[in-house]
Amino acid sequence: MKRYFIPFGVFVVMLGFLALGLTLKPRELPSPLVGKAAPAFLLPTLNSPGSSLSSQDLRGKVWVLNVWASWCVACRDEHATMVEMAKLGLVPIYGLNYKDQRADALGWLDRLGNPYVASLFDAEGLVGIDYGVYGVPETFVIDKVGVIRRKFIGPVTAQMVRDEIVPLVARLNS
Amino acid sequence: MIPELGHFALILALAFALVQGVLPLIGAARGNGTLIALAKPAARAQFVFIALAYAALTNAFVANDFSVLYVAQHSNSALPLVYRFTAVWGGHEGSILLWVLILAGWTLAVTLFSKQLDDRTVARILGVMGLISTGFVAFTLLTSNPFLRLLPAAPDGQDLTPLLQDPGMVIHPPMLYMGYVGFVVAFAFAIAALLSGRLDAAWARWSRPWTTVAWCFLTCGIALGSFWAYYELGWGGWWFWDPVENASLMPWLAGTALMHSLSVTEKRGGFKMWTALLAIITFSLSLLGTFIVRSGVLTSVHAFASDPTRGVFILGFLALVIGGSLLLFAWRAPRVGAGGGFETVSRESMLLANNVLLIVACASVMLGTLYPLVIDALGLGKLSVGPPYFNAVFVPLMAPALFLMGIGPLTRWRKAGAIDLALRLRWAAGVSVAAALLAPALLGHWTPLIGFGLLLATWIASTVVLNLVTRLREHPAPAWSQRLRAQPGSYYGMLLAHFGMAVFIVGVTVVGGFAVEKDVRMAPGDTVAIGSYVFKLEGLAERRGPNYAAVRATLSVTDDGRPIGELNPERRVYTVSRSPMTETAIDRGFTRDLYVALGDSVGTNAWGMRVYYKPFVGWIWGGCLLMALGGMLAVMDRRYRAARRTANEPAAMPANGALPARPALAMKASR
Repeated sequence: MKRYFIPFGVFVVMLGFLALGLTLKPRELPSPLVGKAAPAFLLPTLNSPGSSLSSQDLRGKVWVLNVWASWCVACRDEHATMVEMAKLGLVPIYGLNYKDQRADALGWLDRLGNPYVASLFDAEGLVGIDYGVYGVPETFVIDKVGVIRRKFIGPVTAQMVRDEIVPLVARLNS
Repeated sequence: MIPELGHFALILALAFALVQGVLPLIGAARGNGTLIALAKPAARAQFVFIALAYAALTNAFVANDFSVLYVAQHSNSALPLVYRFTAVWGGHEGSILLWVLILAGWTLAVTLFSKQLDDRTVARILGVMGLISTGFVAFTLLTSNPFLRLLPAAPDGQDLTPLLQDPGMVIHPPMLYMGYVGFVVAFAFAIAALLSGRLDAAWARWSRPWTTVAWCFLTCGIALGSFWAYYELGWGGWWFWDPVENASLMPWLAGTALMHSLSVTEKRGGFKMWTALLAIITFSLSLLGTFIVRSGVLTSVHAFASDPTRGVFILGFLALVIGGSLLLFAWRAPRVGAGGGFETVSRESMLLANNVLLIVACASVMLGTLYPLVIDALGLGKLSVGPPYFNAVFVPLMAPALFLMGIGPLTRWRKAGAIDLALRLRWAAGVSVAAALLAPALLGHWTPLIGFGLLLATWIASTVVLNLVTRLREHPAPAWSQRLRAQPGSYYGMLLAHFGMAVFIVGVTVVGGFAVEKDVRMAPGDTVAIGSYVFKLEGLAERRGPNYAAVRATLSVTDDGRPIGELNPERRVYTVSRSPMTETAIDRGFTRDLYVALGDSVGTNAWGMRVYYKPFVGWIWGGCLLMALGGMLAVMDRRYRAARRTANEPAAMPANGALPARPALAMKASR
C-alpha cells in the first residue's frame, strides 16, 4: 500500500531542507555595516592611557578589528586562535577592549598572550555601539579604504581563519 | 571532583540506556524472558545515574564552582541562590541534561505504573524509550557536555541571562519539557504496538492517561511561557509567533489531535492507524522542536548558542527516530485495517474533522516556521514570516474546529440525526448570536472580528452547559445529586477543558479588540489617562539589587478619582552582563490588567513610559489553566484504575513466553 509511505516521503523532503538549513548560517545576519565605511573612532590605547589611536591612522592597510573583554569567557576560547593568527603575520589585528577594566584587561593579555598590534580601550562601549556590537567577541575585516568587508559574530575558529579570513585578506591586499 | 563524578554518572547512564534500549527489544522479539526482565531494572538504574549527574551539576552551580565552564558562562557569585538552581537549565548543555532527566523520569514512571500490561509489551515500550534516551545522553556527552572544566578557573561567572532571572522561568522550562518529553510514552507504546501488531483498545486505553498528562504539562508550560513573555519582555504581547514558541505549539496541536483520536480508538476501535501515526507525529514534533531550538537553524529572540556539530547530531538522530518510525508504520499499517465504520453525522466524523483541522493548523504553523529556512536553502534570500501570515492562516483553520467543539460532544457515536442535533443546539446558537451582537457594544464598540470571537466563545460555553443539562436529564437516577455523581471524571474533565477554551477565546478576543496602549514621555508630576484610569508619575529613585542596579519609578493610579494603588516599574542594568532589563509593574484584576513598563530616559528628568490597559488578558492564561485542570480531571477517571485490575488476564503471556504470530485483536478487521 503506497499511501502508507506518504508520511515517510513528506518527512524525507523536510529532512532534506533541514539538512540544507544546517549548512546555512542564520547567525550570519547580513550586517548593515558590511560594505559600508567603518565608523570613525578616536580612543585611548589600552597600554598607555595617554596615547590614542584613530580610524584615520589605519587607512591604507587591511586590518582586523577584534572586539574582546576580560569578562568574556567565549573570548578566552577564541584568544588562542587570535594569537595563532597574529603569528601568521598576514594581517595586523587591533583589539577593541569592550566595557572592561584596564587592569583586568592588561592582566588577561599578560597571562594569555597579546596578539594585538594595539588594543583600543572602550570602557563606555560607545565605539562598540557604533560598530553594532551585540555580543562579544565579534570580529571585523576592514580594507585599505576603511570599508568593512566581513563581520563575524561569536568566536572565530582556526578553520574560519584558514578558510575565510586568510583568503579574504589576500584578495584585499592584491 | 564532583563534576567529574557527574560526568562519570552520565557515562554509566549511557551504558544503562543502551542496555535498556537494545536487550529488552531483542528479548521481546525472541520471547526470551531473561532479556525481557532486564527492562525495568535497567530503566531504573538509568534514572538513578542521570539524577546523580544532574545533582552534580546543580551542586557546581550552588557552590559557585567557576572552574566548570558551563557554570562560569551561566552563573555568578552574586546570583541569588534560587536562580543558581534554575541557572542549571539557563543554557544549552544544562537544558539538554534537564531534557534527559525528565525523559528518565517518565521512563521511571512507566516502570512503576505498568502493572496492567504484560511484561513483553512493557519491555518493548521501555526499549523504545531506552533508544531515545541513548541518543540524547550520547548527544549530551559528545557535543554538549556540561561538566567540561575551565582551567584556570574564572574569577567569577558571566551571570545568568537577566531575562531568565525571574520566577516564571523557574517553572516554565521544566513544565514545557515535561509536556514535550511526556509524549514519548504514547510514542513508545505506538511503536511497541506496531512491532507486535496489537493495535487494540487496551493500547488506546493505556496510552490515553499518559498522553493527557503530558498534554496538561505542555498546556501549562506554553501558558507560563506566554505569561512570562507578557510581563518580562515589557511589550505587553502574549504570543509572538516566534520559532521557539511555534516549536512548542506544534506538538500541542498534534497532541490535542492525538488525545481526541485516542478516544475513538478506545471507545470504538476506529482510527487505529491514524492514532498510531499521530502518536509518532506528536513526539516527532517534540524532537523537531528540540532540533529547531537547539541547532540554531532558525534565528529567534530566544537565542541560544548554535554549534554546527550539535545540529548535525540531532538531525541524524531525528532521521533515525522519525524516519525509522514512519517506515515501521508504512510496513505495518496495511495489515491492521481501519476499524468500525461510521456515518457522515456521528461523533467519529466530528472527531475526524477536529483531527484534520488540528493537523492542518499544525502544518500551517510548521510551514510558517520553516519557510524562511526553505527560502534560504533554495537561495532565494533571507526573510522572516511574521504574525500577519499566522493570523491569516491559523485563525480561519481554528474557527471551524472551535465550532465543531460545540457540536461534537453532543453527537452520538456511529450515527446521529442531523435534524435532532440542530434542534438540540438551537438554544445555544441563539444565545451565542445574541452575545456576539450585544456584548461588544457593552464593552465599547463592535467589529466583525470581536463579534465572531465572542460568538465562538459563547457557543462553546453554552454547548458545554447544554451538554451537561441534557446528559443529566437523560440519566435514569431519581435525584439530581445521584445523576451528577454518576458521570465519569473524564466527562467532567472534557467539559472543563472545553469551557477553558471558551474562557481563553474571550481573553484573546477582548484584549485584541479593546486593549489601549500608550507610549508616552513622562516627567515626575505628569499624568496620563486611559479611560477612567489616571496614572501619575510620583517620582523616580535608584535602587541596588544583589546583582543589578535599578531605577524605580513610582506611579499612583486612580480610577475615577478613587485611588487603587501604586505601581513600581523598574529599569535594571545587570552588573555583569551590562544588559538593561525592564521589570514591568502590573495591577492585575479579574477583568483587566493595568500594565506599566519603564523605558529609557529621554532628556533630563523625563522617561519613556509604556502604559497599557489590557482588558480580560488574564483570561488567556486562566483558560489554559482550566484546560489543564480538565485534563487532570480526565486522568483521574476511575475507569483507568478499574482497567488495571481487569486488563491483566487476557494480556498475560503464554507459559513459554511466545506470542501467537498473528495476534487476534489486530487482525479483527484485516483485509
